[in-house]
Amino acid sequence: MSVLRPLDKLPGLNTATILLVGTEDALLQQLADAMLKEDCASELKVHLAKSLPLPSSVTRPRIDLIMFVVNLHSKYSLRNVEESLHHVDATFFLGKVGFLATGAGRESHCSVHRNTVVKLAHTYRSPLLFCDLEVAQCFVGLSPGCGHGTAYQATLRQHPTCHS
Amino acid sequence: MDSCDTPESTPRQRASSRLKDYFIGATPLQKRLESVRRQTSFVPTPPRRKIPQCSQLQEDVDPQKVAFLLHKQWTLYSLTPLYKFSYTNLKEYSKLLGAFIAAEKQKGLAVEVGEDFNIKVIFSALLGMKGTQRDPEAFLVQILSKSQLPSENREGKVLWTGWFCCIFGDSLLETVSEDFTCLPLFLANGAETNTAMIGTWFQKTFDCYFSPLAINAYNLSWMAAMWTACKMDHYMATTEFLWSVPCSPQRLDISYAIHPEDAKALWDSVHKTPGEVTQEEVDLFMDCLYSHFHRHFKIHLSATRLVRVSTSVASAHTDGKIKILCHKYLIGVLAYLTELAIFQIE
Repeated sequence: MSVLRPLDKLPGLNTATILLVGTEDALLQQLADAMLKEDCASELKVHLAKSLPLPSSVTRPRIDLIMFVVNLHSKYSLRNVEESLHHVDATFFLGKVGFLATGAGRESHCSVHRNTVVKLAHTYRSPLLFCDLEVAQCFVGLSPGCGHGTAYQATLRQHPTCHS
Repeated sequence: MDSCDTPESTPRQRASSRLKDYFIGATPLQKRLESVRRQTSFVPTPPRRKIPQCSQLQEDVDPQKVAFLLHKQWTLYSLTPLYKFSYTNLKEYSKLLGAFIAAEKQKGLAVEVGEDFNIKVIFSALLGMKGTQRDPEAFLVQILSKSQLPSENREGKVLWTGWFCCIFGDSLLETVSEDFTCLPLFLANGAETNTAMIGTWFQKTFDCYFSPLAINAYNLSWMAAMWTACKMDHYMATTEFLWSVPCSPQRLDISYAIHPEDAKALWDSVHKTPGEVTQEEVDLFMDCLYSHFHRHFKIHLSATRLVRVSTSVASAHTDGKIKILCHKYLIGVLAYLTELAIFQIE
């Protein structure tokens, strides 16, 4: 079982790689497309994964940032993220991991309580963003109601090599 | 991997208690540092709720009088506090509301074919429907049709019923002033047009606001656990869950029925703290159901949305519809609904 380590590969020249981990394929794809559309000073690569560990048969660049996407409407996505977290090396959590909780806008559809995700992010000492990826517009603010743009900006701001 | 991620709260709590002893005679700077440290270690604690029990006040409730509340489907609304509502003016309110409804019907706004225009409205107090003595009295509004023929029963048919109550609403009662009456939970049974009319009248007369109360999947799973935990002498209905699978083009519904005694046995094996239900127990109870289903059908129910829960105590639908089946736990069910209503108001 391979564990993701932050510094086991050499960094690519002027490249940043972000890994999005989550069960909701369509949402991840939308977020990745939105991120790639935005301007970035260096070259941005986005990898999508349903869960960790990643298959070791494929060569991939060094992962600079991991965003775990939890869908508040689905307990399954939370369990998936919790299990994937076991395959990430502890040193990754020094600023290279973030949590994205989607679906916060529609309270009536939530199966996962907000506090559960807050507690998870707190345990792993990583930032947590609330958003609603199903809504295409951009909302201001980091609490329930962000769209793609804000989530992307906040994600990039965490990353040291990207200046946009 | 997880060695650095040991629960931070325990060593921090120990450290802060040691610090507290050490800093009794501390300088203002040290005190401020300590309070900052305590603030940053904030982790939201998961809720614990009491299993509905037969409360003392419920002994006063006459089972006959509240029998009409059971076995009926109620639509839930949350209601902000009523301004200048008085229990002594119930007769006057009946007349005013009756006149309002008659006027609306004459306007042609809510005309139903073949409906009798002779409507009588009755406001009455529901005694005993409260959690603590502080809770305001619940009251009931009924629309009856006045029968034309003298030979028939004088009372007439009940066309619409709605009742307002507040069970254990301490958190809301503390925040409002004397002029307001807090009855955050409103339950309605009958035609939607009548509900809308009565809602309009109340909003105009008492400056309050109704909003439909939806119950999300998280709260439905809590209800399932709490109602399964209730001790019953005999079970009237199977325990049933309904999930909605988000897929296109057609919605897919999955229904899962369990024998109520099996559900209770499962709950008893999960349940640890007597008299209380914790988040972990609810999660474990639901996870057992999910994993059992997955083993047989290879479907992850946790990826779907829980839409309906039905037990021998009560059944609830995510759209805010509830049916209470057991008179013994009526107050307990209403207490949780009141909590949800108060949460929606705030």
